[in-house]
Amino acid sequence: MAKVAPRNEMPRQDPKVRARNFNEVALGYSHELAVAEANRCLQCKKPTCIDGCPVQVRIPEFILALREGDMWGAVTALKDKNNLPAICGRVCPQETQCEASCVLGKKFEPVAIGRLERYVADWEIAQGVRTPTVAPPNGKSVAVIGSGPAGLTCAGDLAKMGYKVTIFESLHAPGGVLIYGIPEFRLPKHIVATEVKYVQSLGVEIKLNTVVGKLYTVDELLANGYDAVFLGTGAGLPMFMNIPGENYNGVYSANEFLTRVNLMKAYLFPEYDTPIMIGRRVAVIGAGNVAMDAARCALRLGADEVHIIYRRTKAEAPARAEELANAEEEGIQFHYLTTPVEVLGTEKGWVRGIRLQKQQLGEPDASGRPRPVPIPGSEYDMEVDMVIMALGTRPNPMVFTDTPDLERTKHGTVVANEETGRTKKPRVWAGGDIVTGAATVISAMGAGKRAAADIDAYLQNPDQPWWVENTK
Amino acid sequence: MYRITAKEVLAPVTKLFKVYAPEVARKAKAGQFVIVRVDEKGERIPLTIADYDRESGELTIVFQEVGKTTKQLGKMNVGDELASLTGPLGRPTEIENYGTVICVGGGVGIAPIYPIARDLRAAGNTVISIIGARNKELLFWEEKMRSVSDELIVCTDDGSYARKALVTEPLKEVLESGRKIDIVWAIGPAIMMKFCSLTTKPFGVKTIVSLNSIMVDGTGMCGACRVEVGGKTRFVCVDGPEFDGHEVDWNLLLERQRIYLEQEKRALEKFEREHQQACPCEEVG
Repeated sequence: MAKVAPRNEMPRQDPKVRARNFNEVALGYSHELAVAEANRCLQCKKPTCIDGCPVQVRIPEFILALREGDMWGAVTALKDKNNLPAICGRVCPQETQCEASCVLGKKFEPVAIGRLERYVADWEIAQGVRTPTVAPPNGKSVAVIGSGPAGLTCAGDLAKMGYKVTIFESLHAPGGVLIYGIPEFRLPKHIVATEVKYVQSLGVEIKLNTVVGKLYTVDELLANGYDAVFLGTGAGLPMFMNIPGENYNGVYSANEFLTRVNLMKAYLFPEYDTPIMIGRRVAVIGAGNVAMDAARCALRLGADEVHIIYRRTKAEAPARAEELANAEEEGIQFHYLTTPVEVLGTEKGWVRGIRLQKQQLGEPDASGRPRPVPIPGSEYDMEVDMVIMALGTRPNPMVFTDTPDLERTKHGTVVANEETGRTKKPRVWAGGDIVTGAATVISAMGAGKRAAADIDAYLQNPDQPWWVENTK
Repeated sequence: MYRITAKEVLAPVTKLFKVYAPEVARKAKAGQFVIVRVDEKGERIPLTIADYDRESGELTIVFQEVGKTTKQLGKMNVGDELASLTGPLGRPTEIENYGTVICVGGGVGIAPIYPIARDLRAAGNTVISIIGARNKELLFWEEKMRSVSDELIVCTDDGSYARKALVTEPLKEVLESGRKIDIVWAIGPAIMMKFCSLTTKPFGVKTIVSLNSIMVDGTGMCGACRVEVGGKTRFVCVDGPEFDGHEVDWNLLLERQRIYLEQEKRALEKFEREHQQACPCEEVG
């Protein structure tokens, strides 16, 4: 193999500056950088990168078009499989997906596929997004519950095939976790709005402020003319630790904290009405992407110190390496092998500290990761005035109201075939975090995409057995 | 999208709106609430459903102007539209034939107690209602409550109308009278519900209260509304809003209602400053 140029870094805001603003951290490639990076692609005859992508983006094809200057060709190749490329280019864990299977990565650094995807998608947004041709209406309609990544992808694909699709969204803005969870500095909301508008331009109707399970049940949707229902309501229920003091003022779930900041724009209070507490010394419990988002938001709101408390070590932290690095660069302090045992409060019910206990790693647990084992007598107190619980989330059971035939696991996720998305209830599909528990945007999109294909296959030929076990 | 079709000033700071929301009105039940946003920069506030009309598709909400958002809401008029209205949320009241029930409504809590009293009576209960407010001006829906009650007791804190008493006094008297009371509903400010619960406790009469905690989404995803009931953390939005008042940790609820007092004050001052500037009478002279 000939000498390969090093991977092109993407310009980013200086850590010291960005730690105090909500503007996007990563600034995107210039055209020159994008072409230089595209030129690193080997254009493999048998590309392996595509198999690393949950939605099977035709990666070499869009990169080739980009370096040949055919930008619309790049857009077409990219969006053929991916309805939301400007989002994926920003939040996908490419290092474990397409880039992990890039041939170049075996000896050198892989092609920066995610950065190129973002460049092409942002270029299209700057030009004005074009609406592709959509198949003529086929007379069938599908209800999609939830406008997050799974729902938007499923809806977009079905609309392209000629289905009349209605998305039901419980919040007042579409996007699900893209809008309430992921902060502005990682995924600007105007990008989400543009991608949502694109899905709407395909003919998808989005009904906001509509809580399925309350306003309609799934059975009512099926009875009222929808040929199929796709559940993409995610995993929106926060978890707490059930330790003493967890309800003191100043203890937030990461969901609440992030929803206030992102969806409600509490960082612009009082221009926006929704308030948020400004912690001076903040402890964030957990080390996933949500924990990093919460910690970095707390810092940007004006905290003097933000501490991540995690019971295992950095090696087991579920957050993307890039997000851990971003948080470290911005001055977030990490306390590994540490877990809270109590939140300490004032007489008036406000957080004044947190009691922590050191851990050591033991035998692997059910998740395959080493189990944290408490070290007796290692307790110590840390002075904080805000605690954010970022311990993971579970599916919200509301969508299952009065539908006992939607079988669920003991974790509250819905039972569904992984390849088709079919649940145990005929004509109801599901995909994304509601099936897998909290995972990634792109895996939810992959599930939405597979379900759309299967909804089409089934509705064209309903005379087939409904439930088939996973073949994998 | 969510048009205000009627407005009534029940008291200087208490307003009633009817809002056109046919799908919500179709499903709404006594005891449930909606989440409302006034405008695009607005916060999401929970308001209990005071009534609904499945025919006309209207939903009735009653609110007291206490902060920036409710004051802004109070300035809206017929024909104006709310930025959003989501519901019906929360569990409905469990309407059954219990026997004899007492329905206590305090202040703005008279509005949500009305459909509960109405439905309990329709289910065959003997309904004794007690309504009260700080003064005559703040009292409303006396006749409406009378129409759905077998007996109605009216009181004001200052004695400016009807009997001078807190609602807990007639509540205690009815319980002491020896009549068999099967269950009590009490809705109003948290402090009133707390004292109603304390009043009924020695009599061993189950008391249902409707908690008014701070919320964001109202669908169980944030946990802002968490309370402790019977020593367990519960979410008011999905596990409530109605709970057994004898099991509620009232001090925690009251503390949690104060989280944003400082910010609420700032927002209100800003709003009032801006509203004054916009008021044409200020420009004269």
